[in-house]
Amino acid sequence: MKLTLKVWRQKDARSEGRFVTYETDRANPDMSFLEMLDVVNEGLVAKREDPIAFDHDCREGICGTCGFVINGVPHGPKPRTTVCQLHMRSFRDGDVLTLEPWRADAFPVLKDLIVDRSAFDRIIAAGGFITAPIGGAPDGNAIPIRKEDADLAMDAAACIGCAACVAACPNASAMLFASAKIAQLALLPQGQPERWDRVRKMVARMDAERFGTCTNHGECEAVCPKGIRMEFIARMNADYVKASLTAGRRATGVAEASGG
Amino acid sequence: MELRSQIPSGPLEKKWEKHRFEMKLVNPANKRKYTVLVVGSGLAGAGAAASMAELGYNIKCFCYQDSPRRAHSIAAQGGINAAKNYRNDGDSVLRLFYDTIKGGDFRSREANVYRLAEISVNIIDQCVAQGVPFAREYGGLLDNRSFGGAQVSRTFYARGQTGQQLLLGAYQALERQIGLGQVEMFSRHEMQELIVVDGRARGIVVRDMVTGEVETHMADAVCLATGGYGNVFYLATYAKGCNATAIWRAYKKGAAFANPCFTQIHPTCIPVTGEYQSKLTLMSESLRNDGRIWVPKKKGDKRAPDAIPEEERDYYLERMYPTFGNLAPRDIASRAAKRVCDEGRGVGPTGYGVYLDFKDAVARLGRKMIEEKYGNLFEMYERITDEDPYRVPMRIYPASHYTMGGLWVDYDLMSTIPGLFVLGEANFSDHGANRLGASALMQGLADGYFVIPYTIGNYLAQTKAERVPEDHSDVRAAQSAVAQRTKRLLEIPGNRTVASFYRELGRVMWEHCGMTRSAEGLREGLRLVPKLREEFWKNVRVLGDGAEINQSLEVAGRVADFLELGELLCLDALERDESCGCHFRVEHQMADGEARRDDKGFCHVAAWEYAGEGRKPVRHVEPLTFENVDLTIRSYK
Amino acid sequence: MSQARGFLGSSIGRKVIMAVTGAILFGFVLAHMLGNLQVYLGPEAMNHYAAFLRQVLHGAGLWIARSVLLVSVVLHIWSATSLTLSSRAARSIGYRERRWKESTYASRTMRWSGVIILLFVIYHLLHFTTGTVHPSFIEGDVYHNFVAGFRSVPVSVFYIAAMVLLGLHLRHGFWSMFQTLGVSHPRYMRWAHAGSWVFAILIVVGNISFPVAVLAGAVK
Ligand SMILES: Cc1cc2nc3c(=O)[nH]c(=O)nc-3n(C[C@H](O)[C@H](O)[C@H](O)COP(=O)(O)OP(=O)(O)OC[C@H]3O[C@@H](n4cnc5c(N)ncnc54)[C@H](O)[C@@H]3O)c2cc1C
Ligand code: HEM
Ligand code: HEM
Ligand code: SF4
Ligand code: F3S
Ligand code: FES
Repeated sequence: MKLTLKVWRQKDARSEGRFVTYETDRANPDMSFLEMLDVVNEGLVAKREDPIAFDHDCREGICGTCGFVINGVPHGPKPRTTVCQLHMRSFRDGDVLTLEPWRADAFPVLKDLIVDRSAFDRIIAAGGFITAPIGGAPDGNAIPIRKEDADLAMDAAACIGCAACVAACPNASAMLFASAKIAQLALLPQGQPERWDRVRKMVARMDAERFGTCTNHGECEAVCPKGIRMEFIARMNADYVKASLTAGRRATGVAEASGG
Repeated sequence: MELRSQIPSGPLEKKWEKHRFEMKLVNPANKRKYTVLVVGSGLAGAGAAASMAELGYNIKCFCYQDSPRRAHSIAAQGGINAAKNYRNDGDSVLRLFYDTIKGGDFRSREANVYRLAEISVNIIDQCVAQGVPFAREYGGLLDNRSFGGAQVSRTFYARGQTGQQLLLGAYQALERQIGLGQVEMFSRHEMQELIVVDGRARGIVVRDMVTGEVETHMADAVCLATGGYGNVFYLATYAKGCNATAIWRAYKKGAAFANPCFTQIHPTCIPVTGEYQSKLTLMSESLRNDGRIWVPKKKGDKRAPDAIPEEERDYYLERMYPTFGNLAPRDIASRAAKRVCDEGRGVGPTGYGVYLDFKDAVARLGRKMIEEKYGNLFEMYERITDEDPYRVPMRIYPASHYTMGGLWVDYDLMSTIPGLFVLGEANFSDHGANRLGASALMQGLADGYFVIPYTIGNYLAQTKAERVPEDHSDVRAAQSAVAQRTKRLLEIPGNRTVASFYRELGRVMWEHCGMTRSAEGLREGLRLVPKLREEFWKNVRVLGDGAEINQSLEVAGRVADFLELGELLCLDALERDESCGCHFRVEHQMADGEARRDDKGFCHVAAWEYAGEGRKPVRHVEPLTFENVDLTIRSYK
Repeated sequence: MSQARGFLGSSIGRKVIMAVTGAILFGFVLAHMLGNLQVYLGPEAMNHYAAFLRQVLHGAGLWIARSVLLVSVVLHIWSATSLTLSSRAARSIGYRERRWKESTYASRTMRWSGVIILLFVIYHLLHFTTGTVHPSFIEGDVYHNFVAGFRSVPVSVFYIAAMVLLGLHLRHGFWSMFQTLGVSHPRYMRWAHAGSWVFAILIVVGNISFPVAVLAGAVK
């Protein structure tokens, strides 16, 4: 296969970037997209040119490290597929492909197609967990969980944190990512005690990281490699409203004070 | 160097309890005076960092990915074992212990394995409490599946993403501690040196992979949880970044490396398609529950699978191992596959593949059921191969998948360097010569959640919290070693790419030290690897500079270490003149091609001590004694 | 209070304000269209209806309604603008190439359709309520104002154009309200999506029928 690549090249976070065009005729339909880039890079090194930097690790669609925009679509044309799992058979001989990094001010470009997604970690650190100190857990079967809820929670939990949703959203909103974790934990009995604080803390953090806001475009859902649905954003909205309306109750501790 | 395994006395089932009672404790007020470095954020690393932070220690955690959530544990698909006996099918701690010892072909420590089986039960409880969405039945209780090498159904799973869900559980516990300020996280940081001061591990030198800066972090103890070194074969089911750098540097600083030749080949991976191939994708072993493995009876039968009638198919695992059939342990299944392919009965374009057929399963359970159990695995397969496994049988072939070997540790997970602890796949402790499916996740979390929090205290309680000055000569030495190495790699005026060296190393290792090994093959490996290493340092081309993101520099550093580790691997394989578990020496096999152990000569752990540049490392031995099981000939017939 | 500020300051809080006010505005537009249908019953009915509106609660009703509408519009615009600004700020460097998969023309033009609707409303008030821009405004004779107003072709055309944009706005806005307010069950969301089309078309067709009817001479 012959391909023309227009790739965003940027030395580091401070430098200006630009598009550079590369030609290759060594692509092959059974290669993954990243393997195609490996081949292009081998060629660049042979020519003493700086190879194209892109994030990747597992190369089997589960770690969420890889990802860039191919011809205007995050993770490229194949639905439910990360770029590492995208194979060249999805393209035609002679195609011209434009490769751009995720674009969002919350994700500064570090080099070429690599961006800094640490904002996602901070959203989780703000409340994307169940406080269950190691050691004190009750038996795994102590609380039965309705299969429907467990399965729905698993749907939400499948998020790999790749950030394609943000990249695709016309508003650069992170609501699909945040809602997936919020919904997962809200669906499980173990998640109930922190449910209302969690949604408020995580949304506050998300806003503070300066992501855009959702106006229900649905682009995120369309590109999500793990099929995370807008349904979870709706769940998060509902929880957020309830949490905000009921927040602020405080125990007085009077009983304790008066006690012996 | 002497290997003190520190195994507590007393009856097997009381050892861990007794030991926990005897260990010294650090009082809560003092805990905050200690700093512990955790290198790695996989199940072992994230688990350790979170559990120690919960106790009040100051933790610094490091990983090379951009987020701790991406550690390679995320890729584990099949499940995690626990002796819960929820199925009432005769499982018990003792049985999990026995299966693991037997699966490891009697080359692991009884005491460690028993502790692992004991703890397995708490792991499931802990994960459920964290919100891990394990598969459940309609009654709302946890579901199980069976896995290779076991006759009971004790594997817990979350669709085909068990590792992901367990890791996210640990990651979230870790992020909570980061939020509380108890853990300081260093993502995109690669450990490149261990700092040993007065014989104790006191810190590490890391490279900030974004700025290229060389940083030093000092502490009272260091935990390595950096995963396996299976990428030495280049083509493997590991993530591209998985490396041996951290443990290799520790080895060169005096930590013994145990059983390097115990590397596992996984039977169910998607076969190679071409030269450009960058990794092999694993199809979870759980598929073997319902899939039937076969090849044509005739050599070179190139007909389409559905054109081959039943009576001309050879369901060889079912034929050779009636009891376990398609669930025979990994090493056995892998070698059987290699054997039939070497006979010329392999399928697919390369002839290096066998069929994993779901026709009967779909007929028996219905497509819906199969979809529920393996939906995402089937999708993954179709994405990669463009074939629909519901109709066409999968093609699979073995690939490097796990390393049982690793840094030698005692019962407390401490290496031969005081203050250096090693957790998870990076140590050698629990799986002997072969790991059973669904038991690595178990070990990672056991080490991280339930062992290190106790044993670290025992160590720290006996050491004063005193700072080492940053300008201490040993610290300086380590720093300049890292800087020098980077400089050297960048200055080589070579013209071969790192990748080409890496691929060649992989070919050599797979050829001469892979699934089946022979004395002369290994000697050939011992000749080729150093030769390749020599050329690497003369002729590799690494562009760019050290003060930026430089991915070829990163790979170059890792390959350089694999080029040294590969040699030790061959050496260990050569000196272990027996077959056991995954280590198969053609000289030692039964008439039917089964491994023949030599319990007189090799019922021990081989721990290698670094002897300096260009000198042959010293082989130390830790004898293995079995008081609770008798060494039977492992048979899955 | 700080509670409320937190809520209104948050992304979701402002979305909810937009949905709630949007719902009120939607309700008004629907009712308004239905009310205006009385023009087909002739002058008496229409003027009587207009007069009736002014008598509700001795005239207070109208002002209550007006203030609710005014507040809704203001809040709606405020939330729309502030959210739009934060979203703009969230991506200062855009893509060279963009391909849409699920978003609609309507969803991507909410801001424009909205603004134009606002301009329309302003003109509309000067036209039919104050009569400022009306050729022959007669206080109280709504029917006359109505018919006379639409006799001018350019005015009618402007109305029709505005209604099409209103239709677009509601096409996305209607189901969007449910999503924003947290209706997550797929079944009900399917209904909401269907509802978007039904109501958008209903309101557009209903409203457009007025100028058309006048120009066609059906209503004199
Ligand atoms: C495809 C696949 C499927 C598997 N399926 C199963 C299964 O079903 N059941 C099962 O029990 N086991 C399974 N395993 C095995 C199991 O996943 C691993 O053995 C286990 O997760 C290892 O965990 P770990 O924490 O020890 O290391 P890892 O999870 O590999 O973590 C290593 C960590 O160390 C960090 N690191 C490495 N080197 C450096 C360095 N130089 N500097 C800084 N940081 C570094 C990495 O960033 C990472 O955070 C599977 C393995 C693979 C590859
Ligand atoms: C200045 C005028 C207006 C502007 C700038 C404006 C803008 C917007 C924007 C940006 C949205 C958000 C879309 C979304 O979140 O999906 C919206 C939603 C909506 N608007 Fe408007 N609008 C305006 C006037 C109106 C009017 C007059 C009506 C009523 C006829 C209306 C009805 C709605 C409805 C029902 C919604 C859906 C609420 C939601 O999205 O949750 N808008 N508007
Ligand atoms: C073709 C369609 C429309 C027609 C024929 C129409 C007609 C009228 C008429 C005759 C009045 C004056 C009623 C009276 O004074 O008693 C009026 C008032 C008004 N209309 Fe419309 N209208 C239309 C569409 C709209 C739309 C789409 C909106 C809003 C988005 C709107 C908002 C208003 C408002 C706010 C008033 C003032 C009500 C009040 O007196 O407070 N109209 N309209
Ligand atoms: S929601 Fe989907 S797109 Fe967004 S981060 Fe998770 S997996 Fe990636
Ligand atoms: S695309 Fe953006 S607007 Fe909402 S629905 Fe998805 S986050
Ligand atoms: S590299 Fe792991 S998801 Fe693509």
